[in-house]
Amino acid sequence: MKLRLALTLSTALVASPLAAQEVLNIYNWSDYIAEDTIEKFEAETGIEVNYDVYDSNEVLEAKMLAGNSGYDLVVPTSDFFQRQNAAGVYQPLDKSKLPNLVNMDADLMKAAAAYDPDNAHSVIYMWGTTAIGYNVAKVTEALGEDAPVDSWALIFEPENMQKLADCGVSFLDAPTEMLPPAIKYLGGDPETTDPAEFEKAADLLLSVRPYVRYFHSSQYINDLANGDICVAVGFSGDVFIAQARAEEADNGVEIAYTIPEEGALSWYDLLAIPADAPNPDAAHKFINFVMDPQITADITNYVWYANANEASMPLVDEEIKSDPGIFPTPSAKENLWSAVPYDSRLDRTITRLWTTVKTGQ
Amino acid sequence: MSRRWIVIAIPMLWLGIFFLLPFIEVARISLVDPAIARPPYTPLFEDGAFMGDLENYAFLLSDSLYINSYLSSIRIAAVSTVLALLVGYPMAYAIARAPEPRRTILLFLVILPFWTSFLLRVYAWIGLLKGNGVINNVLLWMGVIDEPLVMLQTDFAVYVGIVYTYLPFMILPLYATLVKLDESLMEASADLGASRASTFLRITLPLSLPGVVAGCMLVFIPAIGEYVIPALLGGPDTLMIGRVLWDEYFRNRDWPVASAVAIAMLLLIVLPILWMQKMQERA
Repeated sequence: MKLRLALTLSTALVASPLAAQEVLNIYNWSDYIAEDTIEKFEAETGIEVNYDVYDSNEVLEAKMLAGNSGYDLVVPTSDFFQRQNAAGVYQPLDKSKLPNLVNMDADLMKAAAAYDPDNAHSVIYMWGTTAIGYNVAKVTEALGEDAPVDSWALIFEPENMQKLADCGVSFLDAPTEMLPPAIKYLGGDPETTDPAEFEKAADLLLSVRPYVRYFHSSQYINDLANGDICVAVGFSGDVFIAQARAEEADNGVEIAYTIPEEGALSWYDLLAIPADAPNPDAAHKFINFVMDPQITADITNYVWYANANEASMPLVDEEIKSDPGIFPTPSAKENLWSAVPYDSRLDRTITRLWTTVKTGQ
Repeated sequence: MSRRWIVIAIPMLWLGIFFLLPFIEVARISLVDPAIARPPYTPLFEDGAFMGDLENYAFLLSDSLYINSYLSSIRIAAVSTVLALLVGYPMAYAIARAPEPRRTILLFLVILPFWTSFLLRVYAWIGLLKGNGVINNVLLWMGVIDEPLVMLQTDFAVYVGIVYTYLPFMILPLYATLVKLDESLMEASADLGASRASTFLRITLPLSLPGVVAGCMLVFIPAIGEYVIPALLGGPDTLMIGRVLWDEYFRNRDWPVASAVAIAMLLLIVLPILWMQKMQERA
């Protein structure tokens, strides 16, 4: 048995220089890259890419904390990144291998440095907001012409939710996305770490909970597009994907994305290389490749998420560049808040509150 | 002697590697504290000193969530098992009584769904049950209902999913006992003036009890720990221990408490199994 294994290993070792096929294992969010990005990278570098996807930071985090995930490049969201980085999950970037860093927007990279001092371990992939996507016709039908679509009141007032329940409302299954807007709506600071504020927010969510169809972090994309639900709290780009799918299907569904006037969560998804990545060299090549203005513009034009690549902006479609839901106006930008990492005690409190919200238990 | 030893050793080795070792590992993690590290928990031995305690288990008792989700899992699994038995028994009976060429085809049809991934089949139910899904559209078209029925994201959908998925595990052991039934016993019962109903209740059913118990165990046990079906078909208030485990592990990244939940669940599931095994021995 042992002998057989040794033989297989040695043949593999002998064979690999002949095959000479370098492999890069990427783990990214679902629906989060242009259709031809991987193809172009493979053609340019000759590196073979294995591309896997996830739909929640929690799944990525469990793999990162367990270690030996086999991935060379992952895309955690800023607050999750910060905690994982503290656990020593990521390796510092070799910036000499990343000449395209000059293309990046200095202000946004500075903002992201709040999570990663000196941007030592990460580069912004895309950034966006978490707010409300809705079916224009159905919401107007339920709440009239002056439906409060520019306010969190749309989903936090039971009387509105009651009228929307029939056409379907979905919430993200993520307490860190759902509770801070509720805190803000109640007049508090969405970046608070006071458990009492979270309890009040959970009470507010419980009051509208009977009218929520489901809690899920990706299913709403299809359901919004098909008209199965009419309001979803969702990630900006995902709502735009739903919008595009509805347009493609030509099913008469019109989807809009709104950042309420109370503000919304803004987040950065960061390209980072795990400390135990098998092929960090190829990962650096990919990061540099993505920072090419044309490649980043292609991705933004496809996924409708804002990028942080200043040089790509002339190549981004006018329709996307001028959409305040994607690139918020300066005044809307002032109301955006960011995710603060919580200590494990607050994490547990929040998860427990979230279970209460979801199950009534 | 040595040959018998090998026959026992293989399953023992299998259990040792794939059950006992992971179990010990999980039990070890359940005794320590979470930490921001990789892996995200503290070591069990530090400088030769034992650092573990039962705090995580005490925590499970301090919050009613855990006991409620365990009870709710048992309830959902039990209801699903009864439904699967009610659906599966007539099917197994009909297959066992069918003439030979047809019987093979029918049995084959029971096993056929296994050729498609379990996950895909559960996803197919989403398409059937959802608001503008197949069932609602047919009913609307026929004029039976005016408004789409809300079936997805309810307990109903969870029962449908579990019964559908585990039905073959109910049918196969039932079929195995029913097909061996001696027909002359039923003829004798009829000759002695028993109606078909009382023949069934007094002859067929008691003789098929081992199959009933085996089928129920094969459905009930995996259904308790089911995660995928309630996650995809269930509503937010479908509380099952599998989901609680997911939350502890992924959301709280509290591997020690998650491990304690897993160990407690394993021990608590062993009790119903032992009870059922006893039933089976008696039957």
